[in-house]
Amino acid sequence: MAKRSAPEVNAGSMADIAFLLLIFFLVTTTIETDSGINRKLPPIEDVEDPPIIKEKNIFTVVVNKNNQLLVEEELTDVSKVRSMAIEFLDNGGGEGEEACDYCQGDRDPKSSDNPDKAIISLKNDRETSYKIYIAVQNELVAAYNDLRDREFNRLFPNESMSFVEANKKYSDPRTSLDEKERLKPKLAEVKLMFPQKLSEAEPSKTN
Amino acid sequence: MSKFKKKKGGELPAISTASLPDIVFMLLFFFMVATVMRDSTLMVKNQLPAADQIQKLDKKDRVMYIYAGEPSTRYTDKYGSQPRIQLNDKFATVAEVAPFVLAERASKRQELQNVLTTALKVDGDTKMGLISDIKQELRKVNALKINYTTRVGDYIQNID
Repeated sequence: MAKRSAPEVNAGSMADIAFLLLIFFLVTTTIETDSGINRKLPPIEDVEDPPIIKEKNIFTVVVNKNNQLLVEEELTDVSKVRSMAIEFLDNGGGEGEEACDYCQGDRDPKSSDNPDKAIISLKNDRETSYKIYIAVQNELVAAYNDLRDREFNRLFPNESMSFVEANKKYSDPRTSLDEKERLKPKLAEVKLMFPQKLSEAEPSKTN
Repeated sequence: MSKFKKKKGGELPAISTASLPDIVFMLLFFFMVATVMRDSTLMVKNQLPAADQIQKLDKKDRVMYIYAGEPSTRYTDKYGSQPRIQLNDKFATVAEVAPFVLAERASKRQELQNVLTTALKVDGDTKMGLISDIKQELRKVNALKINYTTRVGDYIQNID
């Protein structure tokens, strides 16, 4: 008897099945946004005598209920916050023990002594919109990141990446442990040069 | 001379659809891989603000989510249009945030309990008062690591 070939399976409905699954996944899932600005809240504890901080070492940012910005007692636009914060942090006006040898600022005696002493104080109103708050936070974090990038590039020029990229690589679970160990002290060093000292006052009530 | 004569009937040959399943499967796999199932249905408006100095959130099992914003149009009749907090699948008051965090923390594995992050998914039009209240509650239960979840974008987008 002649060999009979097996009948071919009709695959015409395969597309329909696949479409059905595709539509199911399209409808049920949403692409999740899973990135944002990380912050650490201060723990609740009553400080008996708060440390005395010189007025010149504080950079005050106030956002009022009309979403207007007051930076160092002056009405300012959000676009200027970054450069003003950098100027303040990078000032390095201190002398003697408080001198800052890596600062490239104006060394204005009326501004901050060194980045370690410099504190940014952010105060907002209960009526402030969240969007504006995030915009200001973003710009202040950007100021720190810009300065850290600069120092990272200066100290480790053969790393061929910025601080932000290195930090991202460090927190990426796919990076090997050796690489992490190598990056860790470098990141810590730069972080120590420009520690993020961002203080948030409790919001004021508007009556 | 009939060698070059065209075949009778100028019908177009049918387009082969044999590769259609392959294309659809490719799309299917893309969506299966790229998307994450949402645990809770969103009951509030959630137009996140934009920021560009962002860090990626931790693994999913180390994060708890707190949503806030105006109730969606479906719920405005019942709950009004004042911004509210959503925990899991229901609306909550500020006082319920602390018990929620404690319950979430207790449900995680021992070694994760100290590294939990609270992701605040808050609508851009919410007032800071509500967020400050949430933050105050989080401080009370010592959930200090927070993340303001944002869209990727320039800060200019936040200013109308």
